[in-house]
Amino acid sequence: MFFHWLEKNPFFFAAAISIVISFAGLIEIVPNFAQAARPTVDTTPRTVLELAGKEVYIKDNCMSCHSQLIRPFKSETDRYGDYSLSGEYAYDRPFLWGSKRTGPDLHRVGNYRTTDWHENHMLNPAEIVPGSIMPAYKHQFTNLADIETAYAEAVTVKNAFHTPYGPEFKRTRAAWDAHRPKVLADAKAIADDMKNKDVKEAVANGQVPEIVALIAYLNSLK
Amino acid sequence: MQSNAALEYDYSIAKLFTYITILFGFLGMLVGTIIAAQMAFPELNYLLGEYGTFSRLRPIHTNVVVFGFTVSAIFATWYYLGQRVLKVSMAESKFIMVISKMHFWLYFVGALLGTVTLLLGISSGKEYAQFEWFIDLVVVVIWVLWGLSMMGLIGIRREKALYISVWYYLACFLGIAMLYLFNNMSIPTYFATEGLGAITHSVSMYSGTNDALVQWWYGHNAVAFGFTVPIVGMIYYFLPKESGQAIYSYKLSLLSFWGLMFVYLWAGSHHLLWSTVPDWMQTMGSAFSVVLILPSWGSAINMLLTMKGEWNQLTENPLIKFMVLASTFYMLSTIEGPIQAIKSVNAIAHFTDWIPGHVHDGVLGWVVFMVMASLFHMAPRMFKREIYSRKLMETQFWLQTTAVVLYFTSMWIAGITQGMMWRAVDEYGNLMYSFIDTVNVLHPYYAIRTVAGVMYLVGFIMFAYNMIKTMTSAREITEEPQFRTPMA
Repeated sequence: MFFHWLEKNPFFFAAAISIVISFAGLIEIVPNFAQAARPTVDTTPRTVLELAGKEVYIKDNCMSCHSQLIRPFKSETDRYGDYSLSGEYAYDRPFLWGSKRTGPDLHRVGNYRTTDWHENHMLNPAEIVPGSIMPAYKHQFTNLADIETAYAEAVTVKNAFHTPYGPEFKRTRAAWDAHRPKVLADAKAIADDMKNKDVKEAVANGQVPEIVALIAYLNSLK
Repeated sequence: MQSNAALEYDYSIAKLFTYITILFGFLGMLVGTIIAAQMAFPELNYLLGEYGTFSRLRPIHTNVVVFGFTVSAIFATWYYLGQRVLKVSMAESKFIMVISKMHFWLYFVGALLGTVTLLLGISSGKEYAQFEWFIDLVVVVIWVLWGLSMMGLIGIRREKALYISVWYYLACFLGIAMLYLFNNMSIPTYFATEGLGAITHSVSMYSGTNDALVQWWYGHNAVAFGFTVPIVGMIYYFLPKESGQAIYSYKLSLLSFWGLMFVYLWAGSHHLLWSTVPDWMQTMGSAFSVVLILPSWGSAINMLLTMKGEWNQLTENPLIKFMVLASTFYMLSTIEGPIQAIKSVNAIAHFTDWIPGHVHDGVLGWVVFMVMASLFHMAPRMFKREIYSRKLMETQFWLQTTAVVLYFTSMWIAGITQGMMWRAVDEYGNLMYSFIDTVNVLHPYYAIRTVAGVMYLVGFIMFAYNMIKTMTSAREITEEPQFRTPMA
């Protein structure tokens, strides 16, 4: 019998397993690859400051409690806005849909929350939303965001995946030094809408606290 | 050479992995209990400053339990039963001994390093695959070392036909290798530029919807090849060994094994129902999830029928109780999963606490019970001492069984409550509840779940204590027990 023969030949046994388990991936994942990565018309890649904010979002693992995926149900579009489209995620690496909504969805949070709201909320969620079980993230007001790494990411995706960043995005340190003031200007625009003195002072000194980058990112979720 | 004498198996590596299975099990469950408590009592988020928030600790819980506890247990049981079913001692090959030792130490150091990076927030952001690229590389080496050691042992085996358990361990090795490699493909940004930014950072090779597809193809099947396949491999060895009964049906084993191999991977897209993944993939994931009941129940029924005519052992031997309960929870969880994968059910269940509820009746009821039973069976044979206390084992059994039931019932209710409240509308069609209403209502269930967590953790500490006592001070035995594990 075939199976008795197979069980005595580990090499062919392992080969058989490998073939049988590969089918699903080949048929389900591969055919759609090119299509699903196509951006919708007005989708643009994130700025360096927003990318740095995305890193803060990942570092503090916001997606363990917040989704970024609005499903096509009336109860969801009423609550969060238009349902999500594939092309809107075209530049998201990694995708941050999450798998659990301990807190509300954030895919369009930029449409209905402001810089000022986020600042107060991150300092003390339960004060802004009574009954909230979200922890405060005070350390984001003192830790600095890593904008250089965010720039490196922008350059990497531009070169590797043709993400449409401008010609000024280059691999060199000189290019980064030239781009840095632009990031700081973006940061200043956010900090101007904030109250926290330490944050304002840090931004004036050319530093970007995590909270500034995070808010820039959250505001870009529309 | 040793044709007549019984083989002396070398358990040094199995012992090492047994120690850290207990260690990581304790740590993972401790963190799990802490984060469960944080959801009921948010003040507990501030015990460790930046490092103590729910969001930072949750990946530590999942990774330590999956890649610490379960994977250690897979290795521990492999290094124990691999030799026995292949009828060859590891000590017969210097090469295998050296590779296996390297495997252990690199794994231990890698696991600790990985945990520290997660605590620092160095994460690729993908669920159950948070490790950044440099940890991924270490993981690959660890996996290759295990492969070498396993293939080496198979290469020098005396028993020519591979026993069913070996099929499952082999599948675990191949499946995880394929999934882990493809899902973690990323480019380190430091090396893609002139050394800009952090050396630890990388960016995923896939974007958006594609990334989601690859991630859940991985995420779902890491469960398949980590929490199902090797655990089934364990029960196929330990249940017959403990009960003295032969496996009920070889044909059912064949059907379940190859069925599981083929069907499982299709089901990954059921994590993405109602998302932006194309409809046909969602439907495919849904349909295959339901088909998956067949091979899953095939194994479970094969196990239960193995006990045919011997059900008296259930009252006489607590280890049989552990294994039968594990099979039962396996059946529960593999019928629950397909139900959640039906699109209309998923519309309510997805994003709610019913999902962690489902995961935990599977892992607490099936995986951990089966692992503990396996280690209990192995201990007297490795350490030449009987189990320290049967009474403790019985108490632990009932404490943890109650805990699992409390856990999943509270999370079922919490999940369905929240799912229904999110979509509830009044007579004019307006949403009835603000989001925070749906959070506040869950408090009692979160509190019950915390109690369940504490009970389960206490049960695990009883297990650890019983094991340590068995290793160090229980009554010595001279002859290897044939079937039933001796206990005081």
